[in-house]
Amino acid sequence: MSLPASTVDKLMRLAALTLAPDERALLESDLDKIVALIDAMRAIDTSGVEALAHPLDGTQPLRPDAVTETVDRELLQRGAPKAQDGLYLVPRVVD
Amino acid sequence: MTTTTLATLAALGTLGEHCAALAAKSVSAVELARHYLDRIDAAKELNAFVTVCAEQALAAARRADASIASDGHSGLLGVPIAHKDIFCTQGVRTTCASKMLRDFVSPYDATVVAKLGAAGAVTLGKTNMDEFAMGSSSETSYFGPVANPWDTGRVPGGSSGGSAAAVAAGLVAAATGTDTGGSIRQPAAFCGVSGLKPTYGRVSRYGMVAFASSLDQGGPMARWVADLRSLLAHMEGHDPLDSTSAAVGPTPNDSHGALTVGIPREYWADLGSDVAGPLQDAMLGLERLGHRCREVSLPHTAFAVPVYYVVASAEASTNLSRYDGVRYGHRASDPKNLDDLYRRSRSEGFGVEVKRRILTGTYTLSVGYYDAYYGQAQRVRRLIRQDFLNAFIDVDVLLTPATPTPALAMGALAQAADPTVMYRQDVFTVPASLAGLPALSIPCGFSGGLPVGLQLIGPHFAEDRLLALGEAFQRESDWHLRTPPAFSDLQPVTGDAN
Repeated sequence: MSLPASTVDKLMRLAALTLAPDERALLESDLDKIVALIDAMRAIDTSGVEALAHPLDGTQPLRPDAVTETVDRELLQRGAPKAQDGLYLVPRVVD
Repeated sequence: MTTTTLATLAALGTLGEHCAALAAKSVSAVELARHYLDRIDAAKELNAFVTVCAEQALAAARRADASIASDGHSGLLGVPIAHKDIFCTQGVRTTCASKMLRDFVSPYDATVVAKLGAAGAVTLGKTNMDEFAMGSSSETSYFGPVANPWDTGRVPGGSSGGSAAAVAAGLVAAATGTDTGGSIRQPAAFCGVSGLKPTYGRVSRYGMVAFASSLDQGGPMARWVADLRSLLAHMEGHDPLDSTSAAVGPTPNDSHGALTVGIPREYWADLGSDVAGPLQDAMLGLERLGHRCREVSLPHTAFAVPVYYVVASAEASTNLSRYDGVRYGHRASDPKNLDDLYRRSRSEGFGVEVKRRILTGTYTLSVGYYDAYYGQAQRVRRLIRQDFLNAFIDVDVLLTPATPTPALAMGALAQAADPTVMYRQDVFTVPASLAGLPALSIPCGFSGGLPVGLQLIGPHFAEDRLLALGEAFQRESDWHLRTPPAFSDLQPVTGDAN
């Protein structure tokens, strides 16, 4: 089975990726093979089987709603590609 | 300490022997750090490191020496180690072997880094790996492939290939790794060293760059299983900063009597003689130690690789959505608009294997496919885990091969022009990952001059049982003491002890 070109376009949009034509051709062909690989598990009858989201059936623990640390904005933004006055700079969104 | 004694200690000594020599002041932490740093420098062809932090290492070694001089004690005081470049280190860049993070310096230490640092370990550098830990050969690194010290034309395995190669070549006393679907166990097997993937949640994931959050687990890599035990003791424990870390007590060090070792028949079906031979010898070795081997069945084994590539890719596509070129990481130049900034930053920053996994995950999570893929994979994941739980009613541990073959030739996986060829390499390691079980990989023989590894899988939180069995095996065998000939006589010491 080959994924239709429209599906690949949609995946690229959802994943916010742009692929050069040769890269796209490679990944399209790879995705077909990967889908064939993972399709092998679809045939198993899993009716009545509960999904396993956490390997030890762990649930999300809650902690008291208390401040335990504060953010050092200057330290965090030191690695930002573009920051100014404590703000991250991006291309203008609203004219 | 003479040059020869230092070289022998560094090449074959346990961490305990390193600590004893340091405490007895027969070697200083600075001398040890310099010795290993010289070896790292002499073994550059392996490309085992992304970053070597000699200055910080020597400063830490001087602090360790000062502490030893005032009779200070802590578990790993002055012992030189390396961290896989997936663990965040304050002040030393953390790249995850990706162009996306090539200049990223974390504002904090990972819990594992902080804990080993608090125990006095001296970090020499950050080891190379597959980009974002996605791969089984350490060839997908932005910083170039890692070579296997046993044969530099072969891969060291992955994704913790730099850590495995560094331990095997005697460039560090021990190293950290991470394992999502086999990334500690497979490179340990390919390089002839020992590696432990603990139970999911045993070791904090805080500060470990996320790949697949329901599978990722940090663990130790070293020559000796006894060293894995002492490293684990410093790495493990509940961490309030990681809500998935388990609230369990420390790993005990109990004595174990005769164990029943399960041999899952599904793991042996298509095994070549190059791996099956050493494995059969290891079974006989365990029986000589008084343990009993019996066949068991894990019927859903064949579905583990498909399930793993659905779950891991789905979680990866979600985790890697954070790389947008805004807050940190690679940013495309002159973006036309915000969408262009996101798309080009990601497209330029990620390598092809990472894109492959993101697209796979995006596909399996997208509307119309979610239940058929991700939902179904989670249900089959429960069946795979149940196979193990059923087996552990009758047996104490499971013995399997760690890999289908010894180390592959460089470029072999790329030449296959089919990513699923690489994915199938993980066939023996992903089942335990999906079930969240602890698993130990140790050397058990050689084939054609290349190491062969076995895997011991135990019930949840039964690391102690695996380590005890591994320690007993290493008392009766010397596979872990073989060193790669090309790296046995690296000129090790400058002779300057200051």
